[in-house]
Amino acid sequence: MANALDPHAAIATTATGLTDGALRTADGKPLARALARSQSLARRRAFLLVLPLLAFILITFVVPIGQMLQRSFYNDGFSANMPALSQWFAENPRGTEPDEAAWSALATDLQASAEARTIGVVGTRINYDVPGTRSLFTSTGRQVRRGIEPPYQAALLEIDEEWGDPALWSAMREASSPVTGNFYLAAVDRKRDETGSITQVEERQQVYVMLFMRTFWLSLLITGITFVLGFPIAHLLATLPMRKSNLLMILVLLPFWTSLLVRTTSWMVLLQQQGVINDILVWLGVIGPDGRLQMIYNQAGTIIAMTHILLPFMILPLYSVMRTINPSYVRAARSLGATSWTAFRRVYFPQTLPGLGAGALLVFILAVGYYITPALVGGSSGQLISNMIAMHMTDTLNWSMAAALAALLLGAVLLLYWVYDRMVGIDNLKLG
Amino acid sequence: MTRQLIAGTALALIAGVAAQAQDAPINITTYGGAFGAAVNEAFAKPFTAETGIQTTMVDNDNPPATLKAQVEAGNITSDVFDVEQSDVLRLCDEGLIEPIDPAILPAAADGTPATEDYLPQALHECATAIMVWSTVIAYNTEAFPDSAPTTAADFFDLEKFPGKRGIIKRPKYALEFALLGDGVPADQVYEVLGTPEGVDRAFAKLDSIKDQVVWWEAGAQAPQLLADKEVSMTLAYNGRIFDAIVDEGKPFAFVWDGANLDMDYWVVPMGAPNRDAAMEFIAFASDPARQADLSKYIAYGPPRKSAAASVGTYKDGTTQMAPYLPTTPENAERALVNDAGFWADHDAELTERFNSWLAGA
Repeated sequence: MANALDPHAAIATTATGLTDGALRTADGKPLARALARSQSLARRRAFLLVLPLLAFILITFVVPIGQMLQRSFYNDGFSANMPALSQWFAENPRGTEPDEAAWSALATDLQASAEARTIGVVGTRINYDVPGTRSLFTSTGRQVRRGIEPPYQAALLEIDEEWGDPALWSAMREASSPVTGNFYLAAVDRKRDETGSITQVEERQQVYVMLFMRTFWLSLLITGITFVLGFPIAHLLATLPMRKSNLLMILVLLPFWTSLLVRTTSWMVLLQQQGVINDILVWLGVIGPDGRLQMIYNQAGTIIAMTHILLPFMILPLYSVMRTINPSYVRAARSLGATSWTAFRRVYFPQTLPGLGAGALLVFILAVGYYITPALVGGSSGQLISNMIAMHMTDTLNWSMAAALAALLLGAVLLLYWVYDRMVGIDNLKLG
Repeated sequence: MTRQLIAGTALALIAGVAAQAQDAPINITTYGGAFGAAVNEAFAKPFTAETGIQTTMVDNDNPPATLKAQVEAGNITSDVFDVEQSDVLRLCDEGLIEPIDPAILPAAADGTPATEDYLPQALHECATAIMVWSTVIAYNTEAFPDSAPTTAADFFDLEKFPGKRGIIKRPKYALEFALLGDGVPADQVYEVLGTPEGVDRAFAKLDSIKDQVVWWEAGAQAPQLLADKEVSMTLAYNGRIFDAIVDEGKPFAFVWDGANLDMDYWVVPMGAPNRDAAMEFIAFASDPARQADLSKYIAYGPPRKSAAASVGTYKDGTTQMAPYLPTTPENAERALVNDAGFWADHDAELTERFNSWLAGA
């Protein structure tokens, strides 16, 4: 504190006439400490004010999402219900032929699990990796519940010889550890084969990588289209006199306030083959009655409906930025000899970038997670990865798989966000 | 005097609490729509009238997923759920639903015990069937004025019966139907579908009409697609099409060949807050006369044999229900009974392959 070279410190010391060099308040306490105390009090009060929101976000957002993501690498469906066999796997390295001890552990676990009614959980877990094994577990469980005699290997093979399948044992070994990366492997169309090395799944089972690519490609495309469509509208809104622009603004906001489902359904009515647009085209003679266009239940339908729904998210940030741009800059550029294109490109457009960045980021991130619109109008070629996540959540009930897909999606979005930050700078973003 | 008053008040309070405990309302979650309304009319309202237990109907487009989530979270808000067959197996094996004692189910009028009166697969250790429904071919009669389709094979015949086809966007029903359309007899469908060649065969059959298919997801979409003439023929839930024909006078008709019979079941989530009242409701709803009464409101068949004969007319008073029900012998003759065990084993694998196939060009 008492730095002789610091002019302020010198003045303060002189003014208070004290020799220890510290500033003091009127009642003689060191100023720095008093200030720190009053500031920490203010900070604590401020913290108390945000505490409800913080708690709300923690409880309703961070914790559930964390729990959900945890499922993507943690599934104890097998290990918790088959402890003896899991133990055996832990003690014997991969490649060990299952001996009678292993079979005995399997029989004991099956029996206990069948009695505890958890055999379905075990079977479901293994069924993820070896399809068709769920009923092997449940039917064997029903039989061993009545009792099973050693030698266990012979007894279990007697019940169903599928128990000798090396792929099944390999899958059980994989599942014996609750922490697993296998769901992530499956989410990128990979699997572990019997020797434990990673291979691609059969071509006809491959679906996720393609859907991830399609999701990102379509989201980019939709972001691009909303930009092309939204930019002139935002410009018009920003430059028209207030009364007219307010009227136009209502036209932008009205659909924004309408239910998503209503808008999606309206697009069905408009675009379907026997729909309004096709009817008009046929009536005008543009197309023949047999040449009706397929505009919905495919990728085109997804793009059209999503573009419409996401358009306000591009227009609003652009508009708010354009409103603040001083028109005299462009006038100055023109008066200095710039063509209108040059004035737009070099003077006007760069100033809209913060709004464009915000709009593009909003539209892209929303598009990546879109679910209900592609489900309804996407047909077979307009499905996105979120539809697969929903399917695993509600149909196959494989929540670990849903969580792995969702985690990958989240990771990819965060990565893109980081790239965006490096390229454009997140400080450069203006939401309104 | 005061003491009497206190005692009186206390008694009234106790009585009130007791009445409340006994009459705790139960929530019944169904797939909703016309079926939810029918359950309300045929089961819930009479149940409340007879027992005084209030019932609230909850609509849900995926009761089993909700049930799983509620039991795992320990926050069960419904006491009775309506789920499909494959979900019964899964939920029961995973210990998410309560076992149901068949002894609580009433016997048939002629004294046949419930266990013998129910159709095969209709009673499960954790569930009892509510009704039998079916996924069938429905077509717009205006689309085919000259000759009407009669078989599953006709569905795949685009030359004889032009127009788009509606198919449910999930492998269950779509794959079995493809095999039926390819000439596999109903009793061998699951055997064939259990082999890799059989799965290939089903996809090859679907491939033959793939560019003419409109895939639907929600049950209400099928009659809508037919009414809008987006498709000329579609797979549909029979109840939805019945509503469109009888209530809305649409020119639709059924083809019962290739029908896939399925049942909905009552289940009680493990640890339901009003378990006893829920069981009472299930026993009430399994009475043959009540089951036959359900067909008054919706075109689903009763799962008890003794109930089939007492099915009468629709609520409009004129439409005889028998021709529209999947359980009527002539209609059920060539039907396939859905094998929930098969789907419990192969759902994930076939769903992935189905989606991969759908997404492909």
